[in-house]
Parts: sequence; structure tokens; C-alpha cells
Amino acid sequence: MLEARGMSKRFGEHTVLQDINLSIQRSEVVCLIGPSGSGKSTLLRSLAFLENYDDGEVFVEGELLGYDRASDGRRVRSRPSRLSDVRRNMGMVFQQFNLWPHLSVLENVMEALLRVRGMKKDAARRLALATLEKVGLAEKADAWPNRLSGGQQQRVAIARSLAMSPAIMLFDEPTSALDPELVGEVLQVMRQLAEEGMTMVVVTHEMGFAARVADRVLFLDQGHIVEQGPPMTLFKNPQSPRLAQFLGNYLERNSLFEAAPALNRVDD
Amino acid sequence: MFDLALLVQGLPLLLAGLWNTVWLSACGLALGFLIGIGVCSLKLSERGALRRLGGAYISVFRGIPLLIQLLFIYYLLPRLGLDVPAWVAAIAGLALCSGAYLAEILRGGLLTLPVGQVEAARLLGLSGRTTLTRIKLPQALRATLPALLNEVILLIKASSLISAVGLAELTRTAQNLAASSFLQLQFYLAAAVLYCVVNISLALLAGRLERRFAKGRA
Repeated sequence: MLEARGMSKRFGEHTVLQDINLSIQRSEVVCLIGPSGSGKSTLLRSLAFLENYDDGEVFVEGELLGYDRASDGRRVRSRPSRLSDVRRNMGMVFQQFNLWPHLSVLENVMEALLRVRGMKKDAARRLALATLEKVGLAEKADAWPNRLSGGQQQRVAIARSLAMSPAIMLFDEPTSALDPELVGEVLQVMRQLAEEGMTMVVVTHEMGFAARVADRVLFLDQGHIVEQGPPMTLFKNPQSPRLAQFLGNYLERNSLFEAAPALNRVDD
Repeated sequence: MFDLALLVQGLPLLLAGLWNTVWLSACGLALGFLIGIGVCSLKLSERGALRRLGGAYISVFRGIPLLIQLLFIYYLLPRLGLDVPAWVAAIAGLALCSGAYLAEILRGGLLTLPVGQVEAARLLGLSGRTTLTRIKLPQALRATLPALLNEVILLIKASSLISAVGLAELTRTAQNLAASSFLQLQFYLAAAVLYCVVNISLALLAGRLERRFAKGRA
């Protein structure tokens, strides 16, 4: 339902993504991992056309994302309304939450229901409250976003996306801006979404989450998909030296935690 | 030097002048605000030509003294075959000029917004216009309220220049009364007090708004 064919992205002379081929099936949970600067966030943002990819194609449920074919066969940037239309079933959650601070939690969730879906105020309110309930924050409906903890803000951001009933959700390092003790509550909500069959693409450094929830893990390095497969295969038997090294670093850091169990975070 | 009876006698004229000052400024600012949003959008456009157009507007209308702009509009319009009353020229002059300043104030406010908030709006399907009116402008206005108040007060004071196109606003009325009565201090003091009352009221109002907006901030 989401597919990239031969997609490339350059920033000036620098190639950030090269020849990305990727196909994501309905209800599949795909985690993108890789070192900083490997291009995983750029890949995710390109799949939402927040970055305009240079070569290749991205299809959302069979529709070309971000470009239209002109009559002479060349491709031109889609008009904003067309872009929104192709993205209508896509939701996205950002590292920095990106809630609107001048609107209450409830208003944040209601905004798109009112202005995009054209729902009546009462119906939008009911749906927004029900969605906040789902992420465990119905009692915070009237709070201002900045009064909430990072974990709560991120759950509101998930609810805001979820209320639009997307078919696919993109997560761009959803827990990277959180204090460690707040990571678990966000991962819990994401795990619940995955279990309900949501199609998800997640850029993450949470290897525990990738191991337990992902159907497939993609390892990116220097703009290439170096290796991909089921998480256990990838984590237990990395084929490329680059992935082995990456996982080595991670395990080394975690072994420090295991030496001091009191510091170990409970993910689930 | 002071004559209470003459002051009372002149008061209706002064208040009529104040009324002209207030409504002409209000109309000029309201229009100027719309111009400001438009010019600011031009300056923030992705297209170079539009950005330059916005920049040119600001250079011209910020660079020329308001008095010259008012006189120019007042004498230009009849030449173009537009026989408009003086108040139209006055409002046009105030609007065109304040539009340039307001555009830059709003641009400053919009540039401080995290780009991610707009990306979130796009992904949720909000149109460009909805994003501007519901997400960007409300925050830009809150953030720039002190600067906006400055501009409003400056414009109300600068509106004394519209006497040049023959309108009896507050300053011109005070001048007339001062000249006919030889009580210059009395009538200029009266005008000063009236300007202050208006501008201090606006400042108090802005202060209340600011405190209300502060609620949502951590």
C-alpha cells in the first residue's frame, strides 16, 4: 500500500538516498534503523513528500505521490490539493510532537476533523474524546499542550493523527525527544496500534521495540538499504559488517544497563 | 492662557476631530493589516519573483514619508479620473503605509514558528489558507502583540498628517481652535490629553490580551 521505486534524494551535491526500493503491505510494521545521518528520517519524510524526492517514484495505494504527469510526459509537482488528496490516508507522528500550542489538547485533535473532514462540532468532539481515550488522555482534553509531559504530548499527537482514521502511520523517531522514563508509555500506544493491524513505518533507535513489534526491519547506511528482514534474523545474524558493528555498539551500551538492573528500563 | 468657557465651547469640535482620527486610523489599520498579510505572504513565498515584489512594496511604502504618500495619492487619484473624497485618500495612504510595517512585523512572528507545526498541519490535510488563519497567524499575532501595539499607536499619531489633505482630524481641529482663540497651550494640551487617552486605552487592552494569551504557555 506504500511503495518506493528507485527513489533518490539529493541535497545539492550530496546524495542522501540512493535507489530506494521498498514495498509495504497492509498491516505490516516496518522499522527503519541505522546510524545518525544514514538517511532514515529523510526516507520517511520522502514517503510523506515532506521532502520532494528527485528520482524514482513513490506510490500511496497505487497513486503517485507528489508529482503529476504533464501532457508531454514530463512530471511536475502536484498542486497542494492533489498532494493532500493522495496523502489523505496517511498519518504522521514527529520527533518534536508538533502540537499547536495555542489550541487545547481537544482542539488539536478536533481541528482537522472540523476543517478537513467537515464534521459538525459535536461529532468532532465526540470522536476526538474517544480517540484521546484510546491513548489514555481523555482527562487531559481541556489542558494546554505545553502543560503536559513529553510522553503525554506525543500520545496527543498520535491521537490527532489517529482521529483522521489513517490507513498508514509514519513515525519519525517518536521517542527520541523524550526523557527515558516517558518512552514506555508512547511505545505501549504504538504497540497497541500495531496489534490492531495498523500499517506502520517507524524510524527508531528503540531496538527492543523493533525486535518485539516489527514484522520487518530495514537497516540504512549512507542512503542505502543495506539489509532487511525479520527482526530476529537481522539482529541475530547480521550479514553486513556495517550492521554487525551498529548492533555491536548498541549491545555494548545495553550491557552497561544489564550490569546495573535497577537502571534497566521496562519497555512493556 | 487658559479659558474654561472657551474650552467647553470648543470641546464638541475637538471630539469630532478625535472621532475622525479614530475611525480613519481604524479603517487604515484594518486595510493595512490585510495588505500586511498579503505582502508578508509574498515575502515568504517560495518564488523569487514574488519575494522581490513583496520586498519592493516594503521598500517603497516604508521608504517614503507618509505625508508625501498622502499628498501623492490625494493629487494622483483625480488625475486618474477617480473623483474620490479626501477620506478615501487618507485611508488609502494610512493603509498602504502601515501595510509595509505590519508585513515585516508579521513576518518576524511567522519565522519564529517551528516548521514542524506546519508539516503536521499539511499531513492532516489542512489547506494552506486554513493553516495560515488557524495555525500560523494566531500564534504570530500572539508573539508580536507588543510590536503590533507599537505600530498601531505610531499610526494613530501619524494620522495627524492627514490634515494635509484637508480633513479636520484632532490635530487640525486643535490648530484651528488655537489660532482663533489665541489659547494655543490650552487647545494643544487638550489634543495631547485626548491622544493619550486613546493610546493608553489601547495599551491596557493589549495588556489584557497578552495576559489572556499567556494562559496557554508553560
